[in-house]
Amino acid sequence: MPHTPPSTTIYEGGFADPVGASQTVFRALMDAMAQPGTIHALPHVTAPPAPLTASASALIATLADADTPVWLDPALTKTSAVRDWIVFHTGAPITLHQSEAAFAVVAAPEKLSALNGFALGSQEFPDRSTSVILQVATLTDGAALTLEGPGIKGRASLAPDPLPQHFTEQWKANRQAFPRGIDVILAGPACVAAMPRSTRLIRPEA
Amino acid sequence: MIAHAADAPAQNLASYNFAYLDEQTKRMIRRAILKGIAIPGYQVPFASREMPMPYGWGTGGVQVTAAIIGRDDVLKVIDQGADDTTNAVSIRAFFAKTAGVATTTTTPDATIIQTRHRIPETPLHAGQVLVYQVPIPEPLRFLEPRETETRKMHALEEYGLMHVKLYEDIARNGRIATTYAYPVKVEGRYVMDPSPTPKFDNPKMHMSEALQLFGAGREKRIYAIPPHTEVVSLDFEDHPFEIQHFDEPCALCGAEQVYLDEVVLDDKGGRMFVCSDTHHCESRRAEGHRGALLGDEPAFGDQPLTDKEPAL
Repeated sequence: MPHTPPSTTIYEGGFADPVGASQTVFRALMDAMAQPGTIHALPHVTAPPAPLTASASALIATLADADTPVWLDPALTKTSAVRDWIVFHTGAPITLHQSEAAFAVVAAPEKLSALNGFALGSQEFPDRSTSVILQVATLTDGAALTLEGPGIKGRASLAPDPLPQHFTEQWKANRQAFPRGIDVILAGPACVAAMPRSTRLIRPEA
Repeated sequence: MIAHAADAPAQNLASYNFAYLDEQTKRMIRRAILKGIAIPGYQVPFASREMPMPYGWGTGGVQVTAAIIGRDDVLKVIDQGADDTTNAVSIRAFFAKTAGVATTTTTPDATIIQTRHRIPETPLHAGQVLVYQVPIPEPLRFLEPRETETRKMHALEEYGLMHVKLYEDIARNGRIATTYAYPVKVEGRYVMDPSPTPKFDNPKMHMSEALQLFGAGREKRIYAIPPHTEVVSLDFEDHPFEIQHFDEPCALCGAEQVYLDEVVLDDKGGRMFVCSDTHHCESRRAEGHRGALLGDEPAFGDQPLTDKEPAL
């Protein structure tokens, strides 16, 4: 894919090949979700307005449509450009309430205080929960997390940065609500990793 | 043995979207698949579409495959282990036509394997996706017909009824008589129907290298088992789970420890047992293994004929 410069208007920078691009992005995300801790390359297929990154925008353009309310964190709503870009390219309604969101896009994870404000689903319908896309600067150079759970052979490690405050404790609480809970998608530079709610964080020395 | 699609849609004809489904439908199915992977064994409702084939012919599996397949994928489709029966041939042709993807009958070459009721004998490897066609996804449905109740039972992890059913099997028959669609517990939480695969295949689901996706078109449910996930067949301490055993090896390739189909040969009680997995059987024969009834060429020394076999 040719490298496209960031769009000057909200009408540019969408998928040039919606069928192929969304399939490629989805398969990378599906593999990331099925094997938590593994990092999968994302093609450069979108050019959104800053501070939305190419990988986060490719993911939201792949997943969201008119059926899925999207919540944006304050860093993304400073100007209307990101909101308008997502609305134009996906048709998704933007919601102000975390608990209504099917997807959340977070440009500044370190400023996200609580994970439990998002929809966690119900015990009968745990799938009615928010998938939270965190834009991170790195998946390998942050503080290491050790992961266990379905999809992981033995243990896996991931070192995303930045992460929400007290992430380990918050994730523990999220895991305890299983099968309810949020799923986290980590959108790194040209790559993606995921932590579904089934993933357990363990102390590395244990 | 990878066949490249020859009949790509002609440019001057109106053609379907890649892999038949429209993009909005694919997004909806993809979201359901992601939730299914995040909650292993939980049945995610999805808005199943009308497909150009009747319910019961694999519409759920076809929709899952259509949502995940890409131009570089290599597709294998099996029906009871066979690559060459109606359901398998027509679904393979469907994707060769609507997606222009390469198809294969060779298990290790495939990136996506859609299956009706078998897991291939060749162990699957990492990166492969196994897509099951599921008729009735709810393991508790024949015990409790109300969806509101079964949903609550899953919510409360109340699976006593399933154990009662298995117990009644033992009380009536002296053993657990369930031989297919044998219920499993996924990652210690959800009881799941593995689709009507013979229970012989249940151990292959446990800690599989491949991602397993399940699609039920008529019942509008998608569920999943990620790789390296614990899948335990329900049983009792004094009646442990066991798989079927066969007295004879495959009559064509001599394979043991595989699932065999019974083939009636005449009206005098003559019958043979052959591999249900046609690719496995063919590749073994190509390697020189010969079963008792293969005929023609002289048998190889390492496969002595058994005297139990009826003479033909």
